[in-house]
Amino acid sequence: MQFGVFTVGDVTVDPTNGREPTEAERIKAMVTIALKAEEVGLDVFATGEHHNPPFVPSSPTTMLGYIAARTERLLLSTATTLITTNDPVKIAEDYAMLQHLADGRVDLMMGRGNTGPVYPWFGQDIRNGIPLAIENYDLLRRLWREDVVDWKGKFRTPLQSFTSTPRPLDGVPPFVWHGSIRSPEIAEQAAYYGDGFFANHIFWPAEHTRRMVGLYRQRFAHYGHGSADQAIVGLGGQVFMRRNSQDAVREFRPYFDNAPVYGHGPSLEEFTAQTPLTVGSPQQVIDRTLGFRDYVGDYQRQLFLIDHAGLPLKTVLEQLDLLGEEVVPVLRKEFESLRPAHVPLAPTHASLRAAAGGGGDNTVHAVDDVTGRAPEQAR
Amino acid sequence: MTLSDAGGGRMTARTLAVVSAGLSQPSSTRLLADQLAAATRDELVRHGEQVTLRPVELREHAHDIVNHLLTGFPSESLRQVLDDVTGADGLIAVSPIFNASYNGLFKSFFDLVDADALSGRAVLIGATGGTARHSLALEHALRPMFAYLRAVVAPTAVFAAPEDWAGGAVDGALRARIDRAGRELADLVRRSAPSDGPADPFALTTSFDQLLGGQDT
Repeated sequence: MQFGVFTVGDVTVDPTNGREPTEAERIKAMVTIALKAEEVGLDVFATGEHHNPPFVPSSPTTMLGYIAARTERLLLSTATTLITTNDPVKIAEDYAMLQHLADGRVDLMMGRGNTGPVYPWFGQDIRNGIPLAIENYDLLRRLWREDVVDWKGKFRTPLQSFTSTPRPLDGVPPFVWHGSIRSPEIAEQAAYYGDGFFANHIFWPAEHTRRMVGLYRQRFAHYGHGSADQAIVGLGGQVFMRRNSQDAVREFRPYFDNAPVYGHGPSLEEFTAQTPLTVGSPQQVIDRTLGFRDYVGDYQRQLFLIDHAGLPLKTVLEQLDLLGEEVVPVLRKEFESLRPAHVPLAPTHASLRAAAGGGGDNTVHAVDDVTGRAPEQAR
Repeated sequence: MTLSDAGGGRMTARTLAVVSAGLSQPSSTRLLADQLAAATRDELVRHGEQVTLRPVELREHAHDIVNHLLTGFPSESLRQVLDDVTGADGLIAVSPIFNASYNGLFKSFFDLVDADALSGRAVLIGATGGTARHSLALEHALRPMFAYLRAVVAPTAVFAAPEDWAGGAVDGALRARIDRAGRELADLVRRSAPSDGPADPFALTTSFDQLLGGQDT
C-alpha cells in the first residue's frame, strides 16, 4: 500500500499569530514538505492545481519536475489535475514530459474543480463539468496511446494527424486516478476504463466515501477489469498529531476554527465525529485509519492532508516525522497483513511496463523529407 | 409504501412531514402546525388511509442547518430530517413571519432541500405573526418559494394572529380555515401516487456510453 501527503497549496493566515506566508514562502514550503515526505519514508507527494488566490499551485508539472530532480523514490502525483479547464493536449504533453524527467515516478488524479468563476477564465462553463471531464479524458487517453490522433469533439478544436510529444515513457502512459466527492458519473468513468478511484474523504462524511467506492467497485467488476475487491481505490485523510492527544486538540483548534472550508461552522468535536478528520495521538490516527478499510475494503493508496489552514511549516514537518516514524510503518504492516493475495497493489510505472511486456522506446520521428515517411509509418 | 388489509383490498400508508420554524417553546407556530397536521390526518383517515406524522421542529436542528450551509453536508440527524421531508407524501410547512417574510431558520432549512426534491409534492403552508397585517406574507413569500420548487400548494394558506388564539376564537374562523386547508391537502395527497421516498444522490442514472456520447442526462 502507498502512503503519502497531498496539499491544496493554500496561502492562509496563521490564526495564532496573524502571520501570512508570501507566495514564495508557500511554494518553497510545499517543496520542503515533498522532500521531507521522501526522507521519512512516505511514497507519494501530490499537489493540487488552482488558478485563483489564495492558492499558489497553478503549474503542477513545474513544481513536480523540480521535486523530481531532488528526490529518488518519491512518486509524484496531483490532487487534482483539472480535466475540465485544461486542454487535454497540454496535459498529455506536460505529464509525458514529467514522466521522462522523473523516470516514471508520475501518476495523476483527475478532478473537475468546483470553483465556478475559474471555468470561464479558461473558456469553459461549470455547468458542463461532467461532460468536459468525460470528453477531455477520453481524448487524453487516446493522445497517450495512439501515436497519431484524428479527433473531433464538442469542447475543443478538432485534431488532424496530431502526435502528442514526447510519447509516454517506455510507451506506458501514467496511471490515472479519478477523484470525486459525490458524482456517481466519475466513479462510473473510473470503472469504465479500469482506472483508479480516489475519494476526497477529508471534508465529507465517511458515508459519501462508502457509497462512491461501493459504486466504483461494482462497476469496475461490471466492465470486466477484475472482481470488485480488485479495483484500485485511494482515500484522503486529514490528521493532526501530538504524542498527547489533548495537546493535539489544543494546538489544532484555532486552525480548525478559522480554516477555509469548515471554519466558523461545526465544532472540532462535531467535525471529527462526522468526517475522517483525526486530531489526537499517533495511535488514534493508526486506529482511525485502519478503520477506513471497514467501509471501503482493502485499498491501495492513503494520502494525508497535513499542511493547510495556516499551519506553519515547522509544525507540518513535525507531522511528517510522526507519520514516518510512528504511524505509517504500523499501517503498512497492518494493512499488508490484512490484504488478500488476489488484491493488487497500486499500479506503478514499473508494474505497468512489465504488464505491457517490458515497454520500449516509443519515439515518433517526424516526417522524413528524404524518404517521405509519415509518423504513421515511422514506428 | 403500500399495505394489504385483511380484506385483500389495498390500503395506503401516507406520511406527512410537519415542519415548524417557531423559535419559542412552546410556540404558536408549532401549535398551528400540529392543528393543520391533525386536520389533514383526520381527513385522510376518514378516507381509509393510514397516516404517519413526522413532526420537525427546526429549532432543534438550527446549528446543524448552519453547519450544513457552511460545510456542504448534513449531520446524520439533519440528514434524517431532510429525508423525512423530501420523502413524505405531503408537507405542512409553517413559519413565523419576521419582517414581512418567513424567518431565516425556515428559509435556511429549505435552502438545503434539493431544487427537484419537492417537485409535484402536496404542500400546505401556514404562518403565525404578531398581527394579522402579516398574513399576506404567506402569499408573497411562502407560496412563491414552493412554486419555485414546483410543489403543489393547497389553495388555502392558514395564518394565525394572536386574536385567533384568544378566548373561544380557536373554534371560530381559524378552526374553519384549518379544517378547509386540511381537506385540501388530504385531497392533494390522495390524488398523488405514494412517495418513492427521498432521492438517492449516489444512484447512477446514466450509462457511460450515454455520457461518452455526449447525451444530456
